[in-house]
Amino acid sequence: MSRKSFRQAINEALRQEMRRDPRVILMGEDVAGGRGGTSGVKDAWGGVLGVTKGLLTEFGEDRVLDTPITEASYIGAAAGAAATGLRPVAELMFVDFVGCCLDQIMNQAAKFRYMFGGKARTPLVIRAMYGAGFNAAAQHSQALYPLFTHIPGLKVVVPSSPYEAKGLLIEAIRDDDPVIFLENKVMYDDEEDVPDEPYTIPFGEANLTREGDDVTIVAFGRMVNLANQAADRLEKDGISCTVIDPRTTSPLDTGTILDCVADTGRLVIVDESSPRCNLATDVAALVAEEAFDALKAPIRRVVPPHTPVPFATVLENLYMPSVEKIEAAVRSVAAYRVKEEA
Amino acid sequence: MQISRDILTRSYRAMRTIRDFEERLHVEFATGEIPGFVHLYCGEEASGVGVCAHLSDTDTIASTHRGHGHCIAKGVAVDGMMAEIYGRQTGVCRGKGGSMHIADLSLGMLGANGIVGGGPPLICGAALSHKLLKDNGVAVAFYGDGASNEGSTLESLNLATVWQLPAVFVVEDNGYGEATGASYACAGTQKDRAAGFGMPYFECDGTDFFAVYETAGEAIAHARSGKGPAMLHVHLSRWYGHFEGDAMTYRAEGEVAKERAEHDCLVNFRKHVTEISLLEASALDDIDAAVKSEIDAAVAAAKVAPLPEEADLMRDVYVSY
Repeated sequence: MSRKSFRQAINEALRQEMRRDPRVILMGEDVAGGRGGTSGVKDAWGGVLGVTKGLLTEFGEDRVLDTPITEASYIGAAAGAAATGLRPVAELMFVDFVGCCLDQIMNQAAKFRYMFGGKARTPLVIRAMYGAGFNAAAQHSQALYPLFTHIPGLKVVVPSSPYEAKGLLIEAIRDDDPVIFLENKVMYDDEEDVPDEPYTIPFGEANLTREGDDVTIVAFGRMVNLANQAADRLEKDGISCTVIDPRTTSPLDTGTILDCVADTGRLVIVDESSPRCNLATDVAALVAEEAFDALKAPIRRVVPPHTPVPFATVLENLYMPSVEKIEAAVRSVAAYRVKEEA
Repeated sequence: MQISRDILTRSYRAMRTIRDFEERLHVEFATGEIPGFVHLYCGEEASGVGVCAHLSDTDTIASTHRGHGHCIAKGVAVDGMMAEIYGRQTGVCRGKGGSMHIADLSLGMLGANGIVGGGPPLICGAALSHKLLKDNGVAVAFYGDGASNEGSTLESLNLATVWQLPAVFVVEDNGYGEATGASYACAGTQKDRAAGFGMPYFECDGTDFFAVYETAGEAIAHARSGKGPAMLHVHLSRWYGHFEGDAMTYRAEGEVAKERAEHDCLVNFRKHVTEISLLEASALDDIDAAVKSEIDAAVAAAKVAPLPEEADLMRDVYVSY
């Protein structure tokens, strides 16, 4: 056990899995960086934010493959390699770039197994950064996990901490289905104690980061941290919260969500993806359908407005869910009382 | 070029099987009994068979909408294919894929593909597997003149060259992407495109088995030798519409009839091998009869095969979930 950043935890997961299984390879734009450059320096970047740094040195150019900036071909190649014996981890850099290669994910990798009558295995991991908060503006800030969650055949992972990231990424690499692994770019320097040895965290099993009596908060990815901060503040005012980190949006641990709502009767969902047809609407529909009798207050969703992610800090702050917005939402549902019938 | 009797026999049988399979589908589809769409490979048989004659089960191909011929050429069982096209549980994909998604990964058949340009990136990946797993395999992307314009295809030509992959890009140029002529839709030439990526270019008459066999042999040998990818441009003609039901009003009257009369790969094959005594007419007749029985049996079996059950709906979305 030692203190590790989100970045280090991901790097360690990749390194340990590549040591364990020679079929695991990495590919992506500048996952090493430096090939064809004039300095002769290899592993110049190790990923645009340094997440894969050092892996080229240990595993060589056959297993850490820099690609041209051509997402359709190399994401498709990762799918094809996965279907024919390798276990590729392809990095899409910013998840926004999925616009350049969605076919290869949505129509190819996700569907092989079903449309080939169960005869294909596609052990593919696609890593990508997501999320606002970096002034990266509309084309580098989206939280597109609902897009992938919508597609049968894909599994979707949204880790909320360094510990979660390592265990979930190792699970993803060992999984025999295509997995979209989304890393919040604001979290790379977050640190916590992470075991040095490899470990896995199963998909579809939510983590309760705290348990309380009054309000259930379901939050995704980085929003789990914000939800916990809000819960800390609310605790002081006597409002106790359960915070659910589903860990994976597909599969989704619906049982835990329904159990917690049955206990508290009040639900707030925090989702930083665009508000229409996102995970918040999905969870709200689930609870409305399956736990209507348990609800003591309307479900509240803390989500961004239906706009592209803006650039200016002041606008980006307005856009994003925040501790304050979560706190206000929880207070409103905690205070809600059903009107007595006349 | 010397071609063994065994290869000649197997290749003729494969071409005959494709022809009869497709001609029969043309008839059966018109009855309304076959669901969905079918895209027939009639007229193009020599291309898939001439290329696949150089491949084994440890080599990989990716195909197109017009995939029945590639599947048969790669050895996929005809009865399983027919049952699949009829949407039956006994189909090669259990009735879950249909005509546009027939695949058999155990034979290196990575699937027909409903997406134009879907195959070339996948073939880069299959070629990467062959390269890194060191199994001496090659990966072959079949795609049409229409798909040759897709960004995914052009990206794949680049990636395969950058990574020096054992891949062959086979452009089956039948002159039409759906209802639009290649003369309109394809800028420049395939040859110049190959040159633009520094890739060897081969070209042949896709209605002549012997031309395809010889040229494909060179392209595949190049890729297998570790020298990087190659492009094979095959000129051919499809005898039916883009899909069944297409009246082909974009083609001049007599165009297809002329192709059938002058460029029938089976007729020309028979003429050639019997003239120079490579195979006897009686041997070819025997194959024709055997294939006819095989197709008859496949159709009869498909028509009475069980339909998928309710449980099949949810099966095989994931390995585990």
